[in-house]
Amino acid sequence: MKTIFKSLIAITITSLFFIGCGNNDSKQNGALSSNAAEKVYVAPGEHDEFYAFISGGFSGQLAVYGLPSGRLFKVIPVFSVDAEKAYGFNEETKPMLNTSHGFVPWDDSHHPDISQTAGELDGRWVFINGNNTPRIAKIDLTTFETTEIIEIPNSAGNHSSSFVTENTEYVVAGTRFSVPYPQRDMPINEYKGNFKGALTFISVDPKDGAMDIKFQLMMPGFNYDLSHPGRGKSHGWFFFTTYNTEEANSLLEVNASQNDKDFIAAINWKKIEEYVNKGGGKKAPTNYAHNVYDEHTHTATSTMKKEVLIVNPMDVPGAIYFLPTPKSPHGCDVDPSGEYIIGSGKLAAELTAHSFTKMLAAIEGKKFDGEAYGIPILKYEDILGGVVKQPGLGPLHTEFDGKGNAYTTFFISSEVVKWKLGTWEVIDRKPTYYSVGHLMIPGGNSRKPFGKYVLAMNKITKDRYLPTGPEVTQSAQLYDITGEKMELLLDFPTIGEPHYAAGIPASIIKERSKKIYKLEDNKHKYVAKSEADSKVVRNGNEVHIYMTMIRSHFSPDNIEGVQVGDKVYFHVTNLEQDYDVPHGIAIIGANTSELLIMPGQTETFIWEPKQVGVWPFYCTDFCSALHQEMQGYVRVSPKGSKVPLTFTLDGDPVGAK
Amino acid sequence: MKKSKILMIVGSLLLLALFVFPLWNITLEAPQYPIPLGMDIHINKFSDTHEFDIKNINLMNHYVGMQYIPETIPEFKIFPIVIAIMVVLGVFIGILGKHKLYLVWIVLICLLGIAGMYDFYLWEYDYGHNLDPKAIMNFKNPDGTPMGFQPPLFGSKDILNFKAHSYPRLGAYLMFAGVFLTIVAFFIGKKESKI
Repeated sequence: MKTIFKSLIAITITSLFFIGCGNNDSKQNGALSSNAAEKVYVAPGEHDEFYAFISGGFSGQLAVYGLPSGRLFKVIPVFSVDAEKAYGFNEETKPMLNTSHGFVPWDDSHHPDISQTAGELDGRWVFINGNNTPRIAKIDLTTFETTEIIEIPNSAGNHSSSFVTENTEYVVAGTRFSVPYPQRDMPINEYKGNFKGALTFISVDPKDGAMDIKFQLMMPGFNYDLSHPGRGKSHGWFFFTTYNTEEANSLLEVNASQNDKDFIAAINWKKIEEYVNKGGGKKAPTNYAHNVYDEHTHTATSTMKKEVLIVNPMDVPGAIYFLPTPKSPHGCDVDPSGEYIIGSGKLAAELTAHSFTKMLAAIEGKKFDGEAYGIPILKYEDILGGVVKQPGLGPLHTEFDGKGNAYTTFFISSEVVKWKLGTWEVIDRKPTYYSVGHLMIPGGNSRKPFGKYVLAMNKITKDRYLPTGPEVTQSAQLYDITGEKMELLLDFPTIGEPHYAAGIPASIIKERSKKIYKLEDNKHKYVAKSEADSKVVRNGNEVHIYMTMIRSHFSPDNIEGVQVGDKVYFHVTNLEQDYDVPHGIAIIGANTSELLIMPGQTETFIWEPKQVGVWPFYCTDFCSALHQEMQGYVRVSPKGSKVPLTFTLDGDPVGAK
Repeated sequence: MKKSKILMIVGSLLLLALFVFPLWNITLEAPQYPIPLGMDIHINKFSDTHEFDIKNINLMNHYVGMQYIPETIPEFKIFPIVIAIMVVLGVFIGILGKHKLYLVWIVLICLLGIAGMYDFYLWEYDYGHNLDPKAIMNFKNPDGTPMGFQPPLFGSKDILNFKAHSYPRLGAYLMFAGVFLTIVAFFIGKKESKI
């Protein structure tokens, strides 16, 4: 009995001890997590330290977040229509989505990149690629609006894009899917030798950012996956990863995974630029759209271009080399010094760093290991800078902290791995939740990274958030990288699939952010700059309403004399000149979206009334205490009716000049 | 030249600052205006503190039926002439160097200043009380009289959701400094005449 009693006491004490330990543990966890919470907490009214521009993937858009808080500020419509902002719905922005295939209302947006000067982020523009119907878009960072989209001809699966050179001389667009060049009706299985991979160099005007295709390099028919520019010592070169050097046209998951090594294509674009400037290359007929949004007319125009300059690699000897890289490399990343080119062989057991210095020496010594379609292949051993051994499974993408460290994502083993440039040793690894794709350090692909955080973008989230049916959120994860070991700080949901992101200190751009558009600078064809300018004009069956809006009424707000079968254009100008006072407008039965009009801006939607009656329109953006009163009526009479065209405000005719 | 003469001349010339710098400022703060709305009053114009502020003040004020701040007022023609005359007169008196005339000038400028402030008060009163009978919102004082929205002549005051501040600006301060110098000139001149 005594023994039993003693044992009972012993068990009790032991369990008390364990319970005590448990308590201690949870306290420690509490302390730790509150520390992480403090690091991402941005107090109400305070601003985040960084902007993060995160690709919207299959949403086609670009999302603007703050870091470290992970708060979403804006979804910038780029390649997909957006009813909230009338992008692609109003008459002004419809031309932005024009292509050689007509109006394409959607795309798959992938890799944002911020403009640079002297290898550092300058925060003027963000470029992003549309993957499906190849396009490159430019977003102006004073307005956070898409202001230019250029279609890429002779390309398909515009994936190794849209990365900029050190002074934003060029933004590049490389094709992931090679296609027949020129496009033609031919058997698919005659792929080899007939399909080409176009790498497109788009010049960017240093003054206004105007984009123009300078030349297209017609490369062998591989898949060009990702790319990055040389910087510092390697400025003037561009590097593209390739896979499917097997040139398979079916069951690529097997047939494009046979070669032990694929290539990184090293392209001396300065040399090709010289060649082109001297009249080199061949002008070839083509057809692609170039769409430009003008901030003063508040209107986009689409121009079809009919010619593009094609450069055959064979015609510029010494400009292009292949660097053998294991195996089906995805990411192609250049460290801040420009010396190392990191190839992430996604099916390889190790991570390869090529040395730019060794590459130049090998070229100098003409140490080639054969050639592919006339392009010299360098010897792997001759150019190798180093190898990170056993880093993880499925390396995808690497960025740098500017302190000699690199951070690589591993898709299959679902982790971020920190390693050291030069010694190639692994320093730390942290899991991601789950299956990370790209990662981003603000400025992590420039000469001057801001190595405070790394943002990992995941492909799947499974159980990480409250479930929302079969389709669950996409997500990003923020890690503190200021210490030797990385620390996971935050999970936050993202729109679409976040393929890649570009980050920048907020201080570089936030002071330049526009507050309003100046009414006096408004050059819209149908602007009404004051209520006295508002009017309604009939032109056959077209009715043009020059309408104004200001807190809290429209002018005119009573319109009569519209008939069934008319095409009614609402050209609406927001007369406000105050920060954050947009107005919206919508009318019953319009087969389009609302308009959301910023101060000083004019936008247009078309309404084709199909029923006789008196139909209201109203302001859709809560603008003031009298927002609910901001409304009007249009009287629609039968076709051929004798009701005269009148337009009034408070009973008085408007626009009486 | 005598010290008093120099002070009198410099003091009068300081009034010229009014042609460059604003005389007065009215600023309106509200929760939804983290950057306050403001209007600078010069001797010849109203101007925005930040671009479009006056337009936005007008937009705010139309809810309670206040009139728009006019593009210009008759005072903007009179003030510059008066100031110019006072400068010329002051410099002339300074050259003459008779300290009793200094005093006349000082009394004159003070009277003009008081008249100017009274004029400003009248305008403010009208601005704050002459309301559109069709005003969107009507507010009454606790005693049942219609609420006025007159900004303070000097100082700060709560008006509905706004806090209104009314204070002199650099032009006025330089004018005060000028007048102060002329007063000093008077006393020094008085002393000098006794020697």
